Order: sequence, then structure tokens, then C-alpha cells
Amino acid sequence: MTTHVPQGAGHLRTDETPPERPASQTDQSSPDAKFPGALVWADERVGAAKGLRFALKKVFPDHWSFLLGEIAMYSMIIALITGTFLTLWYVPSMGHVVYDGDYVPLKGVGMSEAYASTLDISFEVKGGLLIRQLHHWSALFFIVGIALHAARVFFTGAFRKPREINWLIGVVLSLLAIIEGFAGYSLPDDLLSGTGIRAMNGFMMSAPVIGTWMTFFVFGGEFPGEAIIPRLYIAHVLLIPAILVGLFVLHLALVVVHKHTQYPGPGRTNDNVVGFPIMPVYAAKAGGFFFVVFGITALVSALVQINGVWVYGPYDPTQVTAGSQPDFYMWFSDGALRLLPGWLEFTLFGTVWSFNIFLGSLVLLPLVWVVLGAYPFLEAWVTGDKREHHILQRPRNAPTRTAIGAAAISMYLVLALACVNDILAIKLGLSINDLTILFRTMFFVLPVLVFVVTKRLCLSLQRHDRERVLHGNETGRIVRTPEGRFFEAHEPLDEFERWALVDYDTPTPLGLTQGPDVDSRGVARRRGPLAGAQAAVSSFFYKDAVTAVTPAELAAAHHHGEHDALESPSIPQLGAPVNDSTGDDDFSEGHGSAVQAPTHHH
Amino acid sequence: MANPHHDDTAPAMRDDAAAPARSETFQNPGLPPHVPRRADGDPKAAKRAEIQVVVLFTLSALASIAFVVAYFVIDPDLKGYLLGIGEINLFHLAIGVTMGVSLLGIGLGAIHWAKTLMPDEEVVEQRHPQVSGDDDREAVAQTLSHGWRSSQLNRRSALLGSAGGALGLFALPIVLPVIAGLGPRPQGLYTTNWAEGTLLRIDPSGAAIRAGDVTQGSVFHVMPDGWVGHEAVEEHGAEEAMIAKAKDQVIVVRLDPSLIKSQKQREWGYEGIVAYSKVCTHVGCPVALYEQQTHHLLCPCHQSTFDMTDDCNVIFGPAKRALPQLPITVDGDGYIVAAGPFREPVGPSFWERERPGLMGVE
Repeated sequence: MTTHVPQGAGHLRTDETPPERPASQTDQSSPDAKFPGALVWADERVGAAKGLRFALKKVFPDHWSFLLGEIAMYSMIIALITGTFLTLWYVPSMGHVVYDGDYVPLKGVGMSEAYASTLDISFEVKGGLLIRQLHHWSALFFIVGIALHAARVFFTGAFRKPREINWLIGVVLSLLAIIEGFAGYSLPDDLLSGTGIRAMNGFMMSAPVIGTWMTFFVFGGEFPGEAIIPRLYIAHVLLIPAILVGLFVLHLALVVVHKHTQYPGPGRTNDNVVGFPIMPVYAAKAGGFFFVVFGITALVSALVQINGVWVYGPYDPTQVTAGSQPDFYMWFSDGALRLLPGWLEFTLFGTVWSFNIFLGSLVLLPLVWVVLGAYPFLEAWVTGDKREHHILQRPRNAPTRTAIGAAAISMYLVLALACVNDILAIKLGLSINDLTILFRTMFFVLPVLVFVVTKRLCLSLQRHDRERVLHGNETGRIVRTPEGRFFEAHEPLDEFERWALVDYDTPTPLGLTQGPDVDSRGVARRRGPLAGAQAAVSSFFYKDAVTAVTPAELAAAHHHGEHDALESPSIPQLGAPVNDSTGDDDFSEGHGSAVQAPTHHH
Repeated sequence: MANPHHDDTAPAMRDDAAAPARSETFQNPGLPPHVPRRADGDPKAAKRAEIQVVVLFTLSALASIAFVVAYFVIDPDLKGYLLGIGEINLFHLAIGVTMGVSLLGIGLGAIHWAKTLMPDEEVVEQRHPQVSGDDDREAVAQTLSHGWRSSQLNRRSALLGSAGGALGLFALPIVLPVIAGLGPRPQGLYTTNWAEGTLLRIDPSGAAIRAGDVTQGSVFHVMPDGWVGHEAVEEHGAEEAMIAKAKDQVIVVRLDPSLIKSQKQREWGYEGIVAYSKVCTHVGCPVALYEQQTHHLLCPCHQSTFDMTDDCNVIFGPAKRALPQLPITVDGDGYIVAAGPFREPVGPSFWERERPGLMGVE
């Protein structure tokens, strides 16, 4: 910024006359800019200029919630870097050795080479402990980042057409990430990780028909055997990372193809993308954010110890510690194993059906991810919406979806907390049996409560938005009229602020858009076998929708002044034939034929 | 493309039939006017921002150098006390913090630079519908049709069938050895190393147990004779020793015989001394927590609770089956020995548990 600027221009920030500065910030290129000589070689061979011309101009909208996916991406890169470091010393072998390293309390103890080499990384490789901690913390941040990013995408409707494929890729990525995490924390072969493998062996064994065969094939024989760690190792360092990275590249490629979504706001339309180009702003911010994520991970790794593998000693099938928990992302599955009652196991024709075990593991894990993957298609079926969507929905403007998401999260949390029921029982001085029974009940009750409360909250927030659009923001200023009436003055919203609150559609339940069952010639309309169900679910989704304020309503509201609460008939607006929620909006239709700029009373 | 203001001539992607008509909704007001930042107009503010960025970058460089110094200078075993954290390895702390500062300096510097000095005026890029044009679709249809017909797949069905069959089967020679070679068929699930006369030895000391020495309420973790400690590893190899630990572990408790509710339990024990498999019937963790007052055995993994006085039946939690009891007696010297093997498989449930014939076991 070496442009000449008059002294004191900084005080003119909100003045009418903008300070002297380049006509547009967006093109400050030098008139004699030349293609960099270093790139000429590459351009002659691969046409680098064409690709760069396209790539460097890409525009990315700015919003804090778009950083959540970046946290996942950067944490994955950190885990890849630190993991490579660890492979230089880790020995993926269950071969027996007697420890003779630097950690005195375990000297002379028999253990696997895997565990001994993990101890060596922690105590003898200089900086090895820091890298191990970085690896573990970045893996946790990776999965937290994925979960938050997925929640953002879900609650804003970013998975809608045309992004369903990318949602599916993301769903697969999240499943791979937790399998990768499980394989990783099983590798040290300390008591805690061995206990995790023991449970895995137990629930694999419970599978009907194929359980024992599957278990013997995965473990290479009876538990524990000497094959599982080398096998988890190659899955952890090669197979899963290769698929993860491949799908992740595809995930990003599709973001380029679709361009980024954006939140509703002035100037943002479904046909454009408003934000900062890669060169230079986004490159600096996103590149900088990588270093911020890495830096924070390093500080956490320096200060907060995680997975001190030396604490419990080597794995021994006859030992276990109280309070054994997997890493947080497996809590929900382990929690389900704790909640399922034993009577779910029974014998049928001499064969054992352990629903108490495989429901919480072999069924739960795939089920969660199948439901996640299917959601965009289910919602599209319910809404009958075939349009492309590039403007995100604020969660309140999709109340039923937001409520479904919140209810699902509450179910997840109940299962996850059930996994720490022993810790909770100790810390809170409660009976573990009571807690378990409470969690069993909550698993069924809480989602219903959360659904209802969340949906009501969303509808209230929508009405609050309507209130603000119709009557402006509260000012806290009480005005007395000459007649002696008191009212609070409201500041009308400017058109930019207002736009973000009114730029949303409320779909109509499908049953109401399909017309009569019999057409004018008396021919019955063709209906698919599920049309009735579709209409019912669609009605469930949208029947109590709160529609966006229209200019006519705004004009009517102003016509009536501030506090003339009038009865409110339904809105005669296309797309909102069903509306039972406007009772507290003080406006009346019939006065608002003129679409005019709002003139406020005060 | 670089026009900062909304261009309304772009193709409409919304299906206008489904959305409210334009006159009934508000019009998009376009991008709000740009509000310049302090550093846009005030060279002092811009200079200040520049200095802040330079300081952050410099801090990063210094931290990187400090990392190198710490790496070579500080003793890797140096311990210290840090307020709020407790005892900590100072070498680990020093290299971790310098690494963190080195990275954060670059990150925060770059972001601050972008937010204060780089352009903050948003630009607009137009979108285009994802769907291809009709001519593209037609061209693809023609190419596919040409491929199908020119390869004569449309008239030579034997080609199609045999190619499909060959492609469907070619992976078998690659996949089969991988899958089939993964492991042996299930075996050993019905047997343990316990047999009639096997001495119970305390794990890990290896001592045998004289019945007279077992006091009321005492608990022992035992393994079969020959399967305890380093000797087991030397004699059978580490893998066999681990498998034995996972299957053969037994918990021995002396109860007041009058408390025992089950006749079978009393008969399979010896004067109130009873032995049970320590492998949880849920997913196989060791049932390691014995509560002396209530005589409950609790599995720490998923809290299945077994009642010792009632033949180790499940009284709470996710397990279904009681822990299998090991029948015991005493030998001529008064030591506790197994009166026979387990009468049922130990450990987690599995499909063929009740029908060994399904696994080819008699």
C-alpha cells in the first residue's frame, strides 16, 4: 500500500467521500507484468499457464464455518507427515522381546517388539515423544474437524443437488478416518490398545454364520495370535491412507467443479460466488491457517500428554485396567455395547444370535454411515426438489432438518456418554447400574425431546427474523406520542441487512402441489406406490413452515404502525399455502398491494 | 469475472415455476458498498500493520532457531515442574513450544497480512449450471453407440457373454489365495489347557495353591500348570503362551459354602473354593474386578456383572451367559487341581457355540 493517501484520511472511514485509493483493489497488476521465466519450461510442456490462469482466479467465500473442513484437511496432512516419521522406528511385530531400554519400570518385562519400539520412540528417539503426541493429537483433530465440517454441511443444506456425490465421498472419508484411527491406536500393543483389539475380536466373533471364520481370517488364528498388528499396520500406513488421500483429492476436485457454496447475503445469488480470489488473499489466509492449525497442534502436543503408552505396560490378555476407554470417536460404538442388555442374545436351532453384541458394533457402524449417505436422497425425495442449490440455508430456515440433525446428535451423545459410564459413576458418585438404565431410557426419549425443542426453536427464530424485517431492530428508545401513548422506537433494517433474512424459500408439501386425484376428464392421476408416504413425510417436513417476509407484508406492517396487533389470516403467497404460525405477527394482508420502500413512522 | 457488483444477466438456475414470482419477493440489493479499513487510508495504520506482520514472521524465525538450539543443548531426560501441569520433561516442552511458536508466527503473520493489507473487496465469479448441453449429450450418445456397434457387440452376443464371464472371473486367482491364506479355519474354541489333574498355579508367581491356605474371601488369578510366566514362553513359544492366557485364565475365590445358591456350583468346588473362567462371555475382556462384600464379579470393559454366589450368572450388563465353572478338587498333597476340563467353551459367544458339528468338531 504505497499509494499516496492524504494525511488523516483514516478518520474518514465512515464518511461519504471515500479516501483516495486505487479505483479497484481487485486489479493492481503492473502494466508490464511478464509470465515468470521459471514457468516457461513447464508451460511449454504441460500448458501450465492455462491451468494457473484458471486456478489462481478461483473465488472462495469467507465464513468461519468454512474453516472446519480446513481443520480436517490440515490435520490429515500433519498426521501424514508425523506418521511417516514414526514408521522409521516403529516395528510392526508381535514377536516376543524382553525390554532392556531406558524406561526403568519396565526393564526385564516380556513384551512385543511393537510395544518395545513404541517405548523407544517415546524415550530414546530424540523428539520422538513430541512426534508421537503430534500424531495422536492431529488424528483426533482430524476426526473432530470432519465431524464439525459434516455438521456444517448438513445443517446448512450444502449436501443438496448438485453436491450429493461429494457428500457421499465425505461420508466414506469419515468412516475411513475412524477405522484409520482405530487401527492406529491399536498399534502400540500396550494394555489399553490390546484391550481394544480384544473387544474387536469379541464382536467380530458374534456375527451370525461367518463370525468365527471372519475372526480367524482377520487374526490369522486364535486370539491374539501374532498377525493382527502387522496386518493393522499395513492397513494403517498404506491401504487406508491411500484411499483416504485419493478420495480427499476427489473431494476437493468436486469443490472446484461445483465452486464453493455461500451463505445468503446481499449480492450473493444462486448464480454467482462472492469471495476472495486465491491470489493473494485466500492463499495467505488458507496457507496461514495451515500453520495456525499445525502450531496449535504442536503446542497442545508439548503441553498435554496423550496416550502415555508406558503407563499400563504391555498387553496381557489376563489384565485390564478399570476405566478402559477407546479414543473418543469410537465411544458411541463401545457405549452401545455397554447399553445393549444381555437378553438380546438367544439360541435358535442350536445357533447363537448375539444381538446384544453385533447390534452395537457390526450393525451400528455400517447403519450410521448408510443413513448418513442416504440422507440427501431421502430429503430430495421428500421435498421433490430438483433445483441446483448454491446458496446455503441458515439452519433455522430448514427447521425439520435441523431438528432431525439435532436429534441424531443427541442419540450419538447418549451412546458416547454411555461409554464413559464408569468414569461418570465415579466422578458423580452415582450407581453405574442407575446410570446405564438412565442412558438406555435417554437413547429413546432424548431424541424425541430434542427434535421437538429444536424445531420450535427454529420456528421461533424464523418468526423473530420476520419480526425484525417487519418492524426493524429494537432501539431501547421509548417514545411518547402527543396522545400520551408509549412505544419503543424501532430502527428499520437497511436493504442489505434485510436481504439476508428474507432470501430463502419455503417449499410446499408435495401433496398440496400435485393437484386433484382425478383430472378434468375423470382419469385417475398416476401415483407411485409410495406417493402417499411421500406426501405424508413431505407434509411432516413443511406443514408448519414460516415463510419469508414479502414486500407486500412489509408495506402492510408499516401501514399499520407499530403496535396495532391485528388478526392474521393466512398469507396468500405462492409457496406458503399452509401456515399456522403467523399468529404473533402483527400485519394484515389486503393493505399491501403497493410494493414500496418502507417509510418509518419515527 | 472481476466485477465486484452483482451481475443480474447471468442464467437463472432457480426454477421460477417453483419459486415465488419476482414481484412478490424482495430484490437482491447487490453487494453493499465497500467500507475501507484503517490501513487502506491511513499510511500510519498500514505501516503499523506491516510492522506487526514482520514481528510475527521474525518471532517464527527466532523460534525455529531456538528449536535447533534446544534440540542440541537440553538434556533429553531433564525434568522440571510447571505450574498447572506438574512434572514435565523440559526437553519435550522446549522443542514442542518452539515448534508451535515457529508455526504460529508464520500462520498468524500471513493471516494478519491478508486481513489488513491485502485487498478486502470481494469479487464475483459467475456460476454455470452443472448440466451439460444437449449437443454434448448427443455427441456422447453417438460415440457410445459407435463403440457398441463398431465393436459388433450388438450382433455377436457370444462375444458379450464370454467377455463378461472372463472379466467376472479373472480376479478369482488373485483374490482367492489372499482370502483363503489369511488364516486357518476356526479351531480350538471348544478346548483349553485344563484337564483332569491339572495343577492350578497362581499367575504370575507360579505357586501352587494348598486348599487349607485359601482363606475366606481371598481371590487368586490362576493359570494351568506349565502355562505360567517366562517358562511358558520358553516352552511353548510366545504366541501359544498368549493364546493360553487369553483362554485359560481362571479366577479362584473361597466363599462361605452356605452362601452358595447352586448345588452344581458347590459340587464342582471344594469346601466353598470355586474356580471360574475369567474371560467375559460378552466380548472377552478379563473379568478382573471382584467385590468382596457383594461377591460380584465386574468386567471393567462393559460392566457385565456376575454373581459369584449364584454360579456366576449375569445380574447386570450386556453379557448373556454365566461364566463357565472349572470343576476342582485337591490332589494327594492337598493342592488344588482341576477335576476335569471346562464343560463348555469359554469366552465370547459365537455362532457354532452350541453345535460344534457346524465347525467340524466332534
